[in-house]
Amino acid sequence: MKKSVSIYKFMATLSVAMLFCFNAWCKVTLYFDHYVKDRIIQFDTVNYINELGQLYTITKFKYYIGNISLISKNGITAINKDYFLINEEDSLSKVLHINNIPADSYTGIQFTLGVDSADNCSGAQSGALDPVNGMFWAWNTGYIFLKLEGKSPQSSSTGNMLEYHIGGYKIPHNCIRQIILNFNVQSDFKEDKEIHIKVDIAEMFKSRQIIDFTKISSVTDFHNATLIADNYMDMFSVISIK
Amino acid sequence: MMNKKSCFLVSIFLLCILLLGFTAQNNYFNISKEDVEFKVPKTFPKPLYKFKNNKLSPEIFVLGRKLFYDPILSKDSTTSCASCHQRIAAFAHIDHALSHGINGLIGKRNVPALQNLIWKDDFMWDGGVNHIEVQPISPITNPVEMNETVANILLKLGANINYKTDFKNAYGDTLINSERILKALTQFTGLMISANSKYDKYMEGTDTFTAYEKKGLQLFRNKCANCHSEPLFTDNTFRNNGLKPDTVLQDKGRGAITGKAEDNYKFKVPSLRNIALTYPYMHDGRFRKLSDVLNFYSSSPNFDSHAAREVYDIGVLTADDQKYLIDFLQTLTDKTFIYDKRFIDPFMK
Repeated sequence: MKKSVSIYKFMATLSVAMLFCFNAWCKVTLYFDHYVKDRIIQFDTVNYINELGQLYTITKFKYYIGNISLISKNGITAINKDYFLINEEDSLSKVLHINNIPADSYTGIQFTLGVDSADNCSGAQSGALDPVNGMFWAWNTGYIFLKLEGKSPQSSSTGNMLEYHIGGYKIPHNCIRQIILNFNVQSDFKEDKEIHIKVDIAEMFKSRQIIDFTKISSVTDFHNATLIADNYMDMFSVISIK
Repeated sequence: MMNKKSCFLVSIFLLCILLLGFTAQNNYFNISKEDVEFKVPKTFPKPLYKFKNNKLSPEIFVLGRKLFYDPILSKDSTTSCASCHQRIAAFAHIDHALSHGINGLIGKRNVPALQNLIWKDDFMWDGGVNHIEVQPISPITNPVEMNETVANILLKLGANINYKTDFKNAYGDTLINSERILKALTQFTGLMISANSKYDKYMEGTDTFTAYEKKGLQLFRNKCANCHSEPLFTDNTFRNNGLKPDTVLQDKGRGAITGKAEDNYKFKVPSLRNIALTYPYMHDGRFRKLSDVLNFYSSSPNFDSHAAREVYDIGVLTADDQKYLIDFLQTLTDKTFIYDKRFIDPFMK
């Protein structure tokens, strides 16, 4: 009798200890830092040069991020299932605070660029997906996943505009892209972390296909959309974890 | 001659009548719990939209009705949803071939009737809109329709003390956002259910058809029901009905949405319920009368070369056939729907 009580005691202590162990959580702050090549982006005034030597300025840059997960050797841990609208003009939107991340040793981070097909077909929504954010197509229902606007003297559009409104969830025009970023070294998430993700807009016009502003200066529906989507896949990289 | 006292009494009496009239009129626009009870007509299939995340309530329905009839939703506050969707035309636009927007702008398609929307899998002639709740954003933001932004509507409604009260009554607080606006509009349009025409009563066995109407129904089932299938009188597909594309409008229809060449010049098969009320006809309103439509379907040599097989199957419709068919199509008019007091313009109050 006495023996069994002590076993219970032991087991109770053990389970409390285990709970304590597994309940080690940390917090991650994700920074989305917008660049063009190696320079921090500046709207309107700075001229950038694409792969073909064509000049351009940027006047608008925003996009949806969702389904953020961390990758460890044990698998993938979803850390936030919400959508975030990252907008260069809104500095608060470029910093995401994610709590309750199980402590582990992680090797990378992944997220969706765009909005899942189910969330394109769910009717009226609020928050990041509120149509008031100007990232919604009314005439052919769906979210604009990424919006980049600017100007280029080489643009063939009215007013030398550059206009890339990229979206579409239906095959073969699906522009949702899964972004998987590996950390340089495996990182132990025991305490709170800050991860800086570099978003290089130059990549949108660079690879896999070089974008010629005289030919493709405006993408506002499915025409050429996947071309840009395949390019924007390469925009992201992790530059620091602290 | 009346003395002063009787004059006074008569005026009091008249005033009372007037007041009574006002109260009665106000009650007339009241919406009760029973009014927003959702009943699927017996002969109808299960609806695709069931108000699951948009619980029906009299207050939200009333808000949706007000928004539907209020020109505040357009850029210059001249044009409401109801400007083009007239109740007496089953919410189509009587005698207007193409849609009319603000500043006299003309669109490229005929205004469709609004009825039985919760049985539709997509919206507009090209099916570009995939959900009833987001459908209103399309005409609201279309430059040749209401040409307004969602953000600006929020500003305008937020500055309107009456709407603050309406939103509070509907949702419990004064927050005004697009989700609430769209869901309220959906309660109003989603309950536009037409299922009480003479045809419906005939099918239930509570009304009889004339000999012509019976012959018309028989013909209809042989010739038209392949696409306009009962009981909704549409199979919700997109088809090329044989109309040669209008060279000015250059409307590719479904093809502009999917980007597939085989979808070019296909349009959604419209329901034929209340068809007698919704003239003119076809996606571009090119035919003024039902007889024009039947004449067209009867003359396959005039069809577009990509016409669907089903329209060739119609074959020639004789003058008698057309008479029977038109008599039958008129049995699809649903007066209880048209005169349903729930749908009457509340600004007439």
